Amino acid sequence: MDINPILLAAAIMVASTPILLAAIGELVVERAGVLNLGVEGMMITGAVVGFIAAHESESATLGFMGAALGGAAVSVIFGLLTQFLLTNQVATGLALTLFGVGLSALVGQGYETTTQVPVPKIPIPVLSDIPIIGTILFRHDAMVYLSLLIVAGVFVFLTKTRAGMILRAVGENHDAAHALGYKVRRVRMMAIMFGGACAGLGGAYISLVRVPQWVDNITAGTGWIALAIVVFASWKPWRLLLGAYLFGGVTALQINIQAEGLDIPVEYLSMSPYLATILVLVVISGGRAPGSLGKIFHASS
Amino acid sequence: MILLEKRKQTSQFWTYVTPILAVVLTMIFGGVLFAILGKDPVLAIKTIFWDPVFGEFAFYYRPEVLKKAAPLILIAIGLSYGFKAGIWNIGAEGQYIIGAICAAGVALSFYPTEGRWFIFPLMIVAGIAGGMIWAMVPALLRVYFKTNEILVSLMLVYVADVLIKAFSIGLMRNPDGHGFPGSRNLNDYPAAANLELIAGTGLHWGVIAAIGVVVASYAILARHQFGFHVRLTGESPRAAGFAGVNANRLIMVCFLISGGLAGVAGMFEVSGPAAQILGSFPSAYGFTAIIVAFLGRLNPIGILLAGLLLALTYVGGSAAETAMNIPSATIQIFQGMLLFVLLSVDVLTDYRLRWVARSGGV
Amino acid sequence: MNRRSLLAAGATAAFAAVLGAPLRANGKIKVGFIYVGPINDGGWTQHHHHSAKEMVEHFGDAVDLVYQENVPEGPDAERAITQMCLGGADIIFTTSFGFMDPTINVAKKFPNVKFEHATGYKQADNVSVYSARFYEGRAIQGTLAGRVTKTNKVGYIASVPIPEVVRGINSAFIHARKVNPNVEFKIVWIFEWLNPAKEADAAKALIEQGCDVVLQHTDSTAPHAAAKEAGGVYTFGQAADMAEYGPMPRISSIIDNWAPYYIARVQAALDGTWSSVNTWDGISTGMVGIGEISDAVPADAKAEAEAMRDAIAAGEYHPFTGPINKQDGSVWLAEGEIADDGALAGLNFYVEGITGNIPS
Repeated sequence: MDINPILLAAAIMVASTPILLAAIGELVVERAGVLNLGVEGMMITGAVVGFIAAHESESATLGFMGAALGGAAVSVIFGLLTQFLLTNQVATGLALTLFGVGLSALVGQGYETTTQVPVPKIPIPVLSDIPIIGTILFRHDAMVYLSLLIVAGVFVFLTKTRAGMILRAVGENHDAAHALGYKVRRVRMMAIMFGGACAGLGGAYISLVRVPQWVDNITAGTGWIALAIVVFASWKPWRLLLGAYLFGGVTALQINIQAEGLDIPVEYLSMSPYLATILVLVVISGGRAPGSLGKIFHASS
Repeated sequence: MILLEKRKQTSQFWTYVTPILAVVLTMIFGGVLFAILGKDPVLAIKTIFWDPVFGEFAFYYRPEVLKKAAPLILIAIGLSYGFKAGIWNIGAEGQYIIGAICAAGVALSFYPTEGRWFIFPLMIVAGIAGGMIWAMVPALLRVYFKTNEILVSLMLVYVADVLIKAFSIGLMRNPDGHGFPGSRNLNDYPAAANLELIAGTGLHWGVIAAIGVVVASYAILARHQFGFHVRLTGESPRAAGFAGVNANRLIMVCFLISGGLAGVAGMFEVSGPAAQILGSFPSAYGFTAIIVAFLGRLNPIGILLAGLLLALTYVGGSAAETAMNIPSATIQIFQGMLLFVLLSVDVLTDYRLRWVARSGGV
Repeated sequence: MNRRSLLAAGATAAFAAVLGAPLRANGKIKVGFIYVGPINDGGWTQHHHHSAKEMVEHFGDAVDLVYQENVPEGPDAERAITQMCLGGADIIFTTSFGFMDPTINVAKKFPNVKFEHATGYKQADNVSVYSARFYEGRAIQGTLAGRVTKTNKVGYIASVPIPEVVRGINSAFIHARKVNPNVEFKIVWIFEWLNPAKEADAAKALIEQGCDVVLQHTDSTAPHAAAKEAGGVYTFGQAADMAEYGPMPRISSIIDNWAPYYIARVQAALDGTWSSVNTWDGISTGMVGIGEISDAVPADAKAEAEAMRDAIAAGEYHPFTGPINKQDGSVWLAEGEIADDGALAGLNFYVEGITGNIPS
């Protein structure tokens, strides 16, 4: 049996990081009551912007920062349309995906074959030497650790801070929140931009670390998976972690099963992550969505 | 600052003008984009929008626009019912693919028997059925488990994609094909071929079906009680409940309609222009149809015009690529921009812009 | 079929009227290329384009180049090819298998335009087909792989289960086993020609399962990057030299060099001697190039590979020479028997010793 479970577990963490980043951003957006289907567009924009920024500046850090800015920038289009021009959120999100995919293909022309700045792994001293757990958890690059920190940070923000409470209130009932004097549109714009930045980081992780390369459509649907993970997580940050790793796990496992030579038809293996997501959505359907999710807010006072 | 003030009644004027305004604005923004890329904006816009319809080779391009518009219109009409009622079938692409697989399956299992009079209609039935079955999954899961239909229908697109790749190299592979992937060419099988009825016009059965569906849809939405229910549910689910609309039944019916129409679009496409079951058969019509539906304001006549327009951007866009070396990604940006602009100017139909003296925060 | 010929007749008349004389009187020729991917994909399409540009350089002003990239297979391809004909192209190269039926269809409507279809099998009076004997290059890769591996596990990232890919796997395996009877192949199918993310995942999975050589029939450099990161893994460039990843992990490559063929065909069109042919060339004519073998390979292995390359080029050695058995143990080629082109063109089984099944 050639599959090495330790290496596999570490690979799962790496494979799951882009989904995790995009999903945690979208979770915040949806807790604020906005459904942004444009995650794929924001991710791929982040992927190309991050790639170009890293390549031109020869710094991976600047690459990721550029990606976050890029993702946030396109999310602003979505924010302006849905919050100020009161457009339908589903349609606007889809338009953002289409626009983002096209824009990234255009911008990324000429960068398809360039090699990339390496993103170093940062083993945490002492902890990384623990057998088994050390290899799985503590020998990753900075973004993996950052993604986990963001999840923890979002959890604390939503449950323990006043700002987080306001955001949740806006998401549950925007009319009541408005009546209480909270700035609904401002809160939502900030949430949307945070979501964009996270999605951008997720996309850049794919183009800078996981592959690493730029090609058209490099995200290949990861943004949609992230949306599913948010629902799976019932909009709770820790469940999100589980969902992301589950999906990353199925994806990593199916390639390993193929390489191992086990006689399971490849087609079923390729389908498994998506079928698993559906199954999980059905089973976990008990979660309650934020009350105002997807509804258009128009201050009528 | 500018305030949005809700109108008492939806403005009729703006309802008709906004799509036109959106197209004009997109042409302007598109022109700017081309100029940034160093291409002549006027020439680019002309190549994309004018030449295919009125230019030198229009006799070739016009039928191509029709052939490209047919699946878009069929799928978009199907989607429009659900969208009006707030039921989001994002997985039409998957239903389109499965419809094509089922229809091709019927054709290939009869090969080489002649008998178009029963094989071709059977293929149509298979296409509709296949699309409906694929759409039933998100519908049932939504009705019984309250699962989000957007995500389930979308995941099934990926599954359908894997399935068609598997069929093209496996069960449906052409035994005379030297081991290469791809089914038999259905255009070469007279019982199954969906060819132009009059040479050079682009009118295949799919185009005719699209026109028929537009007419039928107009009648239903305008006059039939079902159309009333759909519109009511979209505007006020509570009122619809009081009016006796069974929400679950409406969900099922809307998914059946959109799934069936997407499936039959797949059938016409695989027996016509695409001609084969290939891994590359999925061409994102299911997603572009969503744009067509919105651009057409979920109205059958609007969808007809929007479908033709978007087909024009495909055909004209690819002509511009060859003629002016414009990158292929530009067309996608264009379509995305079109939707953005349309959604933005749409606000004018329900809201009035008013200047107000500054008075406090957002 | 009746409708088709009606369309063909009517359309041909219309098109011919539009286009006028088939070949420019002043000896200039318009050459068109239809690409399935972007010209910067680092592999398949990039090399067709590179060879196209070399051809243009060779002919100078006599040739007008026009191309379209990212053309999807299917009806859109038919439109793209037609557009090129309407634009006045005299000879068009369609560079992907999936363009086969569209090429044939358009060729019927434009009998005065010459078409060259890569990797296909349908010909017509004005349609030629051409392909390269990549399996010759795989033989050399297999020899090197068998020699340099220390874990005796060789990974293979395969794209789509078509005869060309199966030929490559078989050829590589046969030659790896010849020099190293303990070697085993681990094969992963990703069902695409170019998907850097999946290729990277596949490479990492193979490496994690112990492979220290990774061959690929996919077009990106992602496996090289994964190998470089892992360290101690050998890779081969695909379609392009990918020399920037040498001397490790890339120790050699198969280079697609279509330029000699393109030059020959355009010359024939200019001279009026063009006719429909079926070309399947390999190392001997330069269509398949073997990339410089890096110094990471021990000198004797390098010499062995180079000798094989020269023997194939001279026609003295054919990679599919018996005795070779099929995967189920039955005899395919007897001692000294050479597989004929027909059998190779439709090859759809693994040879003995490969574990696993070809997806179907």
